[in-house]
Amino acid sequence: MDVVINGERRHVTAGATLLELLHELDLDPRAVVVEHNRRIVRRVGLAEVTVSEGDSIELVHFVGGG
Amino acid sequence: MTTAVETIHDEPLTIGGHTFHSRLMVGTGKYPGMDTMVRAIEASGAEVVTVAVRRVNLDRSKESSVLHFLDPRKIFLLANTAGCYTAADAIRYARLAREAGFNDFVKLEVIGDEETLLPDVAGLLEASKVLVQEGFKVLAYTNEDLVTALRLEDTGCAAVMPLASPIGSGLGLLNPFSVRTIKRRLHVPVIVDAGVGTASDACVTMEQGVDGILMNTAIAAAQDPVAMAQAMRLATIAGRAAYLAGRMPRREVAMPSSPTRGMLD
Repeated sequence: MDVVINGERRHVTAGATLLELLHELDLDPRAVVVEHNRRIVRRVGLAEVTVSEGDSIELVHFVGGG
Repeated sequence: MTTAVETIHDEPLTIGGHTFHSRLMVGTGKYPGMDTMVRAIEASGAEVVTVAVRRVNLDRSKESSVLHFLDPRKIFLLANTAGCYTAADAIRYARLAREAGFNDFVKLEVIGDEETLLPDVAGLLEASKVLVQEGFKVLAYTNEDLVTALRLEDTGCAAVMPLASPIGSGLGLLNPFSVRTIKRRLHVPVIVDAGVGTASDACVTMEQGVDGILMNTAIAAAQDPVAMAQAMRLATIAGRAAYLAGRMPRREVAMPSSPTRGMLD
């Protein structure tokens, strides 16, 4: 199944939850904020949201800035 | 280095219910390396440190977050909405930043022009209204324009942040009169943000009576960022101390410092 993560089309396991997706990408759920189809998903809810074909996911964190 | 700062009687700075003892706030961008950044922040004595919200680099995620190098228990993270050109984008970034779970403060930037990075004040006011309603403590980066500053205060901003000069320009405080006027008229803290180039700029800015100053490039792009961070710490304290001391009046004619009587024939 293909989804768009941070603007790039990626192949991920079909039926995965957002939490499983983060593990698949080797990302620590405590270190990123997830936006799923323009809706922020809180950390506690990551295991409850299932990803579907074509979904748009943004994974952000803090970087250096002024 | 010890200084006589202990003898300065000053109130701490309170923004949105949080109290800070340093009036210097620093950014985390554009450092030659993370080790330099960490040492510079420490040398600056800053408690408030700004960060930006960006996409995780999916190939190198482990190294790229600034939080691998900063301890959020020791510093106060202030997320910005840098790079946002519309109110909607700035609101989106602010919400994402808050979800990181550190605090509900945001340094709100809505940029209106790519060359000068000057603020879009209409977008800024719009975003500020929405974010204040959502419970954010908004610190609004704005022009050194009194009326905009007053309107931002009216929307409920926790602090207003007029610029000294354009972001990253190092031109120093171009309009001391406007910054002083904003400080005189507002009730919320006024933090000058952007444009400082060297320590004298920080000192002159603080001498206007503003509550604090925020800078990034002046430290990060100095030849020795750690040494410049220390200079900025001292200059901020010196400027504040001079403001509290109250400067002598300006005169257009000289006045001798030594007695005019008792001169030899």
